[in-house]
Amino acid sequence: MANEHPVNCCNLWKIFGARAEQALEAAKSGEVDKDEAFKRFGCVIGVADASFSVAEGEVFCIMGLSGSGKSTIIRHVNRLIEPTAGLIHVEGRDVMGLNPKELRELRARKIGMVFQHMALWPHKTISENVAFGLEVQKTPKETRRAAADDALERVSLGGWGDRYPDELSGGMQQRVGLARALAADPDILLMDEPFSALDPLIRKDLQDEFLKLSREMKKTTLFITHDLDEAMKMGNRIAIMKDGRIVQTGTPENIVLRPATEYVSRFVSSISTLKYISAVEIMTQGGTAPGAREFGPSTPLPALLKAFSEGAEELTIKDGDRCLGRIGSAEILETVKSDLARV
Amino acid sequence: MDPLLNPFDYFTLPFGDWSESALDWIVDIGRAPLLAAKAPVQVFLNLIQGGLIAVPPLVGLIFIAAVGFFLSGWRLALIGLVCLCFIGLIGAWEAAMITLSIVLTSVVLCILVGLPLGILAARSDRFFRILRPVLDFMQTMPSFVYLVPVVMLFGIGDAPGVIVTCLFAITPLIRLTNLGIREVREDMVEAAYAFGASETRVLFGTQLPLARPTILAGLNQTVLLSLTMAVVASMISVGGLGRMVLEGIGRLDFGSATVGGLGIVMAAILVDRYTQALGAARSGRGSGGA
Repeated sequence: MANEHPVNCCNLWKIFGARAEQALEAAKSGEVDKDEAFKRFGCVIGVADASFSVAEGEVFCIMGLSGSGKSTIIRHVNRLIEPTAGLIHVEGRDVMGLNPKELRELRARKIGMVFQHMALWPHKTISENVAFGLEVQKTPKETRRAAADDALERVSLGGWGDRYPDELSGGMQQRVGLARALAADPDILLMDEPFSALDPLIRKDLQDEFLKLSREMKKTTLFITHDLDEAMKMGNRIAIMKDGRIVQTGTPENIVLRPATEYVSRFVSSISTLKYISAVEIMTQGGTAPGAREFGPSTPLPALLKAFSEGAEELTIKDGDRCLGRIGSAEILETVKSDLARV
Repeated sequence: MDPLLNPFDYFTLPFGDWSESALDWIVDIGRAPLLAAKAPVQVFLNLIQGGLIAVPPLVGLIFIAAVGFFLSGWRLALIGLVCLCFIGLIGAWEAAMITLSIVLTSVVLCILVGLPLGILAARSDRFFRILRPVLDFMQTMPSFVYLVPVVMLFGIGDAPGVIVTCLFAITPLIRLTNLGIREVREDMVEAAYAFGASETRVLFGTQLPLARPTILAGLNQTVLLSLTMAVVASMISVGGLGRMVLEGIGRLDFGSATVGGLGIVMAAILVDRYTQALGAARSGRGSGGA
C-alpha cells in the first residue's frame, strides 16, 4: 500500500465484546461468521479485515446499509474507536502510537469531522461551535474569531456567528457542522452521513455546495453514506460494505459497470449505466466507417449522443492511430434498450 | 398457638441487639474522627446562622426581592416578598432564619459531596452499580430513623442536625447528576472528543453544561428534602421552625405549632420557587436537541 497517502487502513478488525480476542482468532481463520461470532462469543463484528487508502484530495465514499460497519470504520481514523487488530496511518503516522496530547492535536488540527445529526453544542454560539477545535488548542481569541468567520463565510453563513444553534434550520445547522470541520483548516475531513438527516432538496443543495468546496479546497475526504446515488455523486472512489467487510472498492463507473459480487450488483441494479458507459464498451469491433467522425475509446455516451444529434450516422472509435471499431445508431439503441430493461 | 403456625414465637433473630452492638463498635472507633469532621460543619453553620440572624428583616426582604428579580423577574420577587413578610408577620422570623441556615449549610455540603459522586457514577458503571443500592437504601429509610446513629456518633444540636439533613437530602442530587450526564446526547460528547477536547474539558465544557437542567432539578429536590429534614431534626434538639412545632405539640400549644407549621410551608414555597428559577434561568439552551 502506498505509504504517502494521507489515510491508510490495513487489515482493520473491530470486534465489540468481552471476548473480542478469541472471536478475532476464530474470525480471522474463517471459522466463524458474523452470526456465529455472536452466538459463540457474544461478540459483534463491527469491521472485518478492511483495507483501504485515501489519496490526497480524494473523496472516498464508504457505502453500506445500517449496521454494515461504515460508521465504525470512520471513527478509527481519529481513534474515537480503537481497533481490535490492524493498522491505521494518518499522514504517515500510526494513530495507535500517538500519546494523548499528540492525539488531541491530530484531532484538533489535522482532522475535521461532520456528524449525521449535526451535534452542535446548544449552549455555545455558532462561532464558539465553529472555533471549538481552535479553542482547545489555545489559539488566541482574535485568531479564533477570524477563523470562525472565515469558515462561516465559506458555507454562506457569514454574520450568523453570534446566534445559537437552535435558531437555525436543519440545513443551516449542518452548514455550521461543515464550517466547524473546516475552521482549523485540517487536511482530512471525516463526514459521517452528513446529509442523510436533511430534506431531499436541502440535501441536494448541500451536496452540490460540498462538491464545489471540495474541488476548491482539495481536502482528503472520507464520506460515509447509505445512499448509493449520493456515493456515486460525491465519490472519486467508493467502497461498498456488507457485514463489516469491504466487498468492493472502485470508481463509481467500475462499481456500476462491473459489480464484483451478487450483493453489489443488486445494489447498483437501480442505477442507470448510461452515464458511465463509454464508447469502447458498446462499439462493434473491427471495420471502420469511412468518412465518419472519430472518437477515443473512453468517450462517454453523452458525447457520442451529441455527435448523433448533430447529424452523424456512424462513428469511428480510434485509440491513437489504431482503429478499434464503430458505433452506429443500432449500437446506441441496443445500449439504451438493455439499460431500460435492467433498471 | 401452635409453633408450626407461628414459628416466630420460637425463632427470632436478635437483630436489634446486633445493630446496637454494631453501632457501639462504630461509635468506639469512629467517634473521634467523626467529631473532628463535625467541627468545620459547626464553624460554617455558625457563620451562616450568625449572618442570617444579624441581618435586619427589612434588609432581608430587599435582598430576597432583588435576588428574585435577578433570577426570573417581578413575579418571583413578589413571591419571595410575600413568603418572607408572612413569616415575619406571624413572628417566626428568627426561627425561619435558623432553619434556613441549616438548610443552606446542608445544601452546600450536599453539593460538595454529591456532585463529585454523581459525576463519578456517570463515568464508571462499576461505581454506579455499587452506589445504586446504597442510594436506594438511603431513600427508602424513613427520615427519623437516621436520627439515632447520628446522635450516637455526633451528639445532639445544630451541627449534627446539618449532618443528618445532608445524609437524608443528598440522594436526588447524586442520582440526577448521574442521570443528567448520562443523558447528554452521545454525538455531542463524541464531537467534543473529535475536535481534540481532553477528558476534563469534555466533562466541564460539554457534559456538565448540557446536564445542567437535570442537575438543577436534583438540586431543587435536595433543597426541599433538606427543609423537611431540618424540621424533623428538631427531635435531636435542632432549633428553628421544627422546634416551634415540636414544642407546640408537647405542650398542646396549638398556636405555636400552627405558626411553626405555616412558617415551614412559606419557607418551602420560597426555596422551591427560587431553586426552580435557578434551573430555568438562562437554560433556554438546555440539553434538548440541536
